[in-house]
Amino acid sequence: MEVKNLICINCPMGCALTVEMEGNEVVKISGNTCPRGEAYGRKEVTDPTRIVTSTVKVTGGKAEMVSVKTKQDIPKGKISECIKALKDVEVQAPVYIGDVIVADIAGTGVDIVATKNIELL
Amino acid sequence: MKNYDIVIVGGGPAGLAAAVSAKQNGVDSILILERDKELGGILNQCIHNGFGLHTFKEELTGPEYAERFIRQVQDLGIEFKLNTMVMEISENRVVTAMNREDGLFDLQAKAVILAMGCRERARGALNIPGYRPAGIYSAGTAQRLVNMEGYMPGREVVILGSGDIGLIMARRMTLEGAKVKVVAELMPYSGGLKRNIVQCLDDYGIPLKLSHTVVDIKGKERVEGVTLAQVDENSRPIPGTEEFYSCDTLLLSVGLIPENEISRGMGVEINPVTSGPKVNESLETNMEGVFACGNVLHVHDLVDFVSEEAAAAGRNAAAYVKTVSLGTESTRQSDRKTDEEYLAERIPDKAAEQEICLIPTSGVRYTVPSTIRVSHMDEHLTVRFRVGNVYKNCYVSAYFDEKRVIHRKRQVVAPGEMEELKLTKEQILQYPNLKTITIKIEEA
Ligand SMILES: Cc1cc2nc3c(=O)[nH]c(=O)nc-3n(C[C@H](O)[C@H](O)[C@H](O)COP(=O)(O)OP(=O)(O)OC[C@H]3O[C@@H](n4cnc5c(N)ncnc54)[C@H](O)[C@@H]3O)c2cc1C
Ligand code: SF4
Repeated sequence: MEVKNLICINCPMGCALTVEMEGNEVVKISGNTCPRGEAYGRKEVTDPTRIVTSTVKVTGGKAEMVSVKTKQDIPKGKISECIKALKDVEVQAPVYIGDVIVADIAGTGVDIVATKNIELL
Repeated sequence: MKNYDIVIVGGGPAGLAAAVSAKQNGVDSILILERDKELGGILNQCIHNGFGLHTFKEELTGPEYAERFIRQVQDLGIEFKLNTMVMEISENRVVTAMNREDGLFDLQAKAVILAMGCRERARGALNIPGYRPAGIYSAGTAQRLVNMEGYMPGREVVILGSGDIGLIMARRMTLEGAKVKVVAELMPYSGGLKRNIVQCLDDYGIPLKLSHTVVDIKGKERVEGVTLAQVDENSRPIPGTEEFYSCDTLLLSVGLIPENEISRGMGVEINPVTSGPKVNESLETNMEGVFACGNVLHVHDLVDFVSEEAAAAGRNAAAYVKTVSLGTESTRQSDRKTDEEYLAERIPDKAAEQEICLIPTSGVRYTVPSTIRVSHMDEHLTVRFRVGNVYKNCYVSAYFDEKRVIHRKRQVVAPGEMEELKLTKEQILQYPNLKTITIKIEEA
């Protein structure tokens, strides 16, 4: 049996998880404080994913940049492709929290949404 | 001079949550003063996710978390002034502030809530002789440049200090195409949250060198590289361990310090360990009617706890305002005192009751609050503290005078993460004449 020690990154508590594996099967997870930790542990050893945050340019708004995030987590391996795809994106003010900035980023099926309101100048 | 029941200095998460809670507890005359051009404080530049899981049961980015509170402030019709810098507060709670429209102006407050947050330690922390070439930034400045102005400070980066801002910026700059070569930390443990080490450094293969510091910076006009060396237990560089890293940017993430110039100026007593005010169970400072919460009180890593603490400060300030207002109305009828005269007098019960002192020792560096007046306590009181070292398989204990009352097992406690302990009024009332509560770490 293989034992993996992870740190849950789902929230800043950072619980120390112990994942016991039998081949590719997860048999036991301990150390989590809440159910999200268990789900994280299972996923991290089989299909690790992350929420990605960045910024894109805004024109005509009260600020130069608007912060954005992937609406859900995306596979770890897709992070840099996602960031590249955002490089030249420019949006027009006003922008509101939750507005879709790029749909289906890097073929992940996940949208990039705004995380800040930028009013018209 | 305009009068307000409560004036709040700072419109970050602490100021916002304090305002909302004061309003919900029945005070209508509230004003928030914020020097920036928008509400939200430091959260506006923290575009990463990881905020609010405890408060909203979902994971938000900094601006999204701020927006939830800004909307509440707006919906409740709480007054705020932006681009307004508080300059000074007098002993009698006259707040002097300045902005473009009003110039310099004074306000009389019945209660003041300090919520000015903190600032980054300066580069004086960089204890090396020689030039200070361009390319040295505090991590927070770099964060503002990249996230708010879309400007990349450099291409090859070394980070000194493993505070959360430095870790977050290591990832951010890597994603933006820079090469972050190494993060060096003077202490044998990281100052940041574990989750940030995993998802900001480990995910991108950025090495973290503990017990290391910068001993030399190369370059006259612009940074060309830095030399790191390992340090001994006394933080002195060990000869022969030097290693050179070429880079054009050095980020400093060597800690935050509460912003208390105004507090000091008005006579608020400061705890030398936290650099924040000493407060009682109501989060009230030694100056009556002056409350503090958030990073100005002690540096927090979790905004959820800032909001929780600030809500308590708002509630307590509201209760205080109601007590003095009642007093003012009745005395007015009898001897026609003005608000100011009444406020200048001390509340009678303050001196009468003996305070219980909280004593941090054996690994516990400080506690917030520092004192408790049982009569003013809510049913539950959260005591927050930090430890001075990493302890594994230990107990967090509380002694009521000589008697151990709380003994809680912990797998690991570390300086980078704030701890808390809950006390109940019922528990304390079982010990009449209690003088001290000692909080300590006991090893198993
Ligand atoms: C880089 C970084 C990353 C973080 N990451 C996380 C995370 O992932 N998850 C999490 O939960 N928490 C995180 N935190 C912690 C959390 O964001 C802070 O603890 C919280 O924002 C502190 O709130 P505050 O209101 O006390 O201070 P601030 O947000 O600093 O607000 C203080 C406000 O007061 C104003 N002010 C100061 N002086 C004056 C004056 N004289 N007159 C008028 N206004 C004044 C300032 O302009 C500012 O707006 C992070 C913090 C930082 C710095
Ligand atoms: S297990 Fe739950 S409480 Fe612990 S870090 Fe994960 S999400 Fe947070």
